[in-house]
Order: sequence, then structure tokens, then C-alpha cells
Amino acid sequence: MSQTIAEQVRAIIAEQAMLDPAEIADDAALEALGIDSLGLVEAIFAIEETFDIQVPFNANEPASAQIDLSTVRAVIAAVEKLVAGTAQPG
Amino acid sequence: MNRVVVTGQGTINALGHSVPETLAAMREARCGIGPLDIRDADRLSIRIGAQVRGFAPEAHFNRQQIALYDRFTQFALLAAREAVAQSGLRFEGALAERSGVVLGTAGGGTNTWDENYRTVYEEGRNRVHPFVVPKLMNSAAASHISMRYHLMGPGFTVATACASSNHAMGQAFQLVRSGAAPVILTGGAEAMLCFGGIKAWEGLRVMSRDACRPFSANRNGMVQGEGAAVFVFEAYDHARARGADILAEVVGFAMTADASDIVVPSKHGAARAIRGAMADAGLAPEAVGYINAHGTGTAANDKIECAAVADVFGAHADRLMISSTKSMHGHVIGGTGAIEALACIMALREGVIAPTVNYQEPDPECSLDVVPNVAREAEVTAVLSNAFAFGGLNAVLAFRKV
Repeated sequence: MSQTIAEQVRAIIAEQAMLDPAEIADDAALEALGIDSLGLVEAIFAIEETFDIQVPFNANEPASAQIDLSTVRAVIAAVEKLVAGTAQPG
Repeated sequence: MNRVVVTGQGTINALGHSVPETLAAMREARCGIGPLDIRDADRLSIRIGAQVRGFAPEAHFNRQQIALYDRFTQFALLAAREAVAQSGLRFEGALAERSGVVLGTAGGGTNTWDENYRTVYEEGRNRVHPFVVPKLMNSAAASHISMRYHLMGPGFTVATACASSNHAMGQAFQLVRSGAAPVILTGGAEAMLCFGGIKAWEGLRVMSRDACRPFSANRNGMVQGEGAAVFVFEAYDHARARGADILAEVVGFAMTADASDIVVPSKHGAARAIRGAMADAGLAPEAVGYINAHGTGTAANDKIECAAVADVFGAHADRLMISSTKSMHGHVIGGTGAIEALACIMALREGVIAPTVNYQEPDPECSLDVVPNVAREAEVTAVLSNAFAFGGLNAVLAFRKV
């Protein structure tokens, strides 16, 4: 069966953090998982490729109001919103 | 050890097709950044850049030359022509045999790579033009300058990403200072504003979509430019003996490596390079009136560069001026230090400090005098030019008024 968005996002983050997806807690901060600025850019690239979406992220403004990527839960929520936004109605 | 002076300068960039045009734009705080006019720009998410506009290769080069000269080589040759003409030098006999060329570029013939990958991958053709290799190689511009001016001494190209032309000019300085060559044409060239060039930078997510605002609290990234600048570095005694007009003296150079991260800059690596250049020049910190900043407009660079300057200069950091001319001519990558040296020499010769344009909001982490938005008249006798490349390769030059 196909994975949920949350599972896929968790797998992408786990790969960047070099951890097992089971070890990725939803309330974990990406930084606390050892994902640095380059790791974050790479994870966003993987997310964009997986879901065919554009994530509005500029490394110069990581904390901008455009998108919250601070925790695993925030990333999942952001991706779900972006995926819903690109889905065709009906 | 020879003293080293600058006796000629030339450029083409988004601010102008010559040094006078470029300096006029800097004095007027004109910004050369605008919508990118390149093939497939609609498939880019970054659509601004500091392009050289109104440039027709056919006006300067014949058909055979255009077949051999990538855009970065064309820019380098035009800049060299202006510089050599100003110097009044004719390279003949022993002078030709010992003089040379040292250029910086990061990408070399990026447009040639881009166009020919399209040919074989996108169009599916199995044959490319026979001159693709000599056209795209990073050293092509240096070779063509050596051929044009019969420079038969040292000739090479330096590639250290965004510090390439500062490293190149540093090598030229050391070659002339040591007596290895009486004259070196030096500087850098870059022409990366093509679909593949911008697409690669987009991926890193450090580019601004709207403007380059160095040191401003609302800065959101760098904006790429293109162009070249070339200088004639000449032994002082040689220049004096022929009664040359001396534009400035090159007095110091230092290079350091952060040895820490492939993209994140380091305050310590930058500070060591700045200190090293002043030590090499025998300059006291209080003697430095102006610094042409690396000032890319990224969150990380500007903050760390200001911290490095504050560390090195202490209380004097608040008295010196530091501006980023990238706000006007864009980040010309491997050619940027060369174009920025024009602003350094203008400060020494004309007493005009080029501004940081697009400055909107003070940033407490960049609380130096960044010469916001308007050029300033000020007498300075010694200046520095910073370049801190990706991969932590730093190169700082020191110039003095003659």
C-alpha cells in the first residue's frame, strides 16, 4: 500500500539524519536530529521531488513567515498543505 | 622586492562597457540588476541578474573569433584592451618574453557547456562544433589575452569560486613583486547567466528573487552578475622609467583557508586573511579608510564579514567605511574581485567611495558604516578588497594611493 505523506516525510528526514524512521519523533527539531543548513536544503529537494511541489524556502530566511520547517511535525503539516494546494479539485 | 603599481584598467559589466561608464554608475549609485533576458527564463524561479546589456559580439569580433571565444573570453579581451590601451605599454622583445597574464574565473565557458549540452541532450544531436573544448576551457581567456598581446611569460587561470580574481591578482602581485615578471595583466571574468548556470544556483536556495541588499536587515540573498575587469600590474621602477600614469599601488595580499565547511563562512578565516594582507602591506589598521566588502547579501556572509572586520579593527571598525558594490554590479563570481578593485582604485584616486545600494533596514549584526545608498566623498590613502569564497578560500588585497 502507498505510504502516507507523514511516513514519506519521516523517511526523507530519517535519511538525512542517518537514523531509522522509527527514531524520528514528531516533536523533534530538525536541528536536534543533526540536520544542518545543507541537510535541510537537501531534504527540501527530496520533498519537492517526491511530492512534485515547490517548497517556498530561502536559506537566507529560514525563520521567515512563509513556511515553518522547525520540527518534524511542522514539516509534515507544511507538506500536507502544499500537496493539498496543488491537488486538482474534483 | 619590486613595488607593484597599477598602470591600466579595463572592464565590461552590467554598469558599463568601460571603466569611465562603470565608475560613473557607482558614483550615481545606479543598480545594474534587472529581469534576466536569457533563453528559458520562464523555467527559472530566480529571474533577476546583473546582465551586460547592449552588447553585440559582432561589433568587436569577427566570425572566426566568435566561434572560438565564449562570452567570458569576449568580456576578458575587451577589458584587457581598455587596460592595455590606458597603460600605453607595447609588448615587444624582452618585455613580451617576460610579461604574462593571470586571470580568475570560476565557471569558464559556462555558456558553451550549456549550449552544447542542449545540442546533445535536448536536441538529441550527435555532433558538436569542433571548437567546443578550446572555447569552454577555464584558461581560454588567459590564453587569448596572451596571444593578443604577445605575453610569453607566466600565463594561467585561478579558480577559487567567488575569490578567483582576488587570488589571481594576488598571484600577479607576487610575480611582479618578486621580479619574476615586469608586467602581468590580471583580473577575472565570468559569464554564468545562462539557464544551466542559474538553475544550478537556484538549487542552493541562497539567491534573492527581488534584490541584492547587502548588510540590510531585510536582505534575502545574492544576485548574480557577469562581466570582467583586467588590470595592468607593473613594477614601479618600470612604470616610472617610462613615465606611466600610476593609478594606485598594490601593497599587500594574503590568502587563508577556513578548513571548515563547503558553504558556511568562518569569521576566523576571514579575519586571518584581512590581518595577513595588512601585515604583508605593512599597514596599521588605522591607516585603512575603506574596505570593499565581499558583501554578498546573504544572511551568513554579511553578518560574519562584519564580525571579522570588527575583530580585526577594534574601535577603528566604526571609523572606516565598508561597502558592497555587488548591490550594483551583482555577484560576478570568479570575476567579482576584479570589478570590485575598480571601486578600490576610484576611492584612492578620486576620493569617491562607492555605495551599498538597496540598503533599507539597519541590522544590528552589521552595524558598520556601509556607505548606504549614496556615494561619498572622502580622502582615503589605503583600502582593502575582501573575497571569501564558498569552500572557505579567502583572499584579501591591499591598495595604497601613490
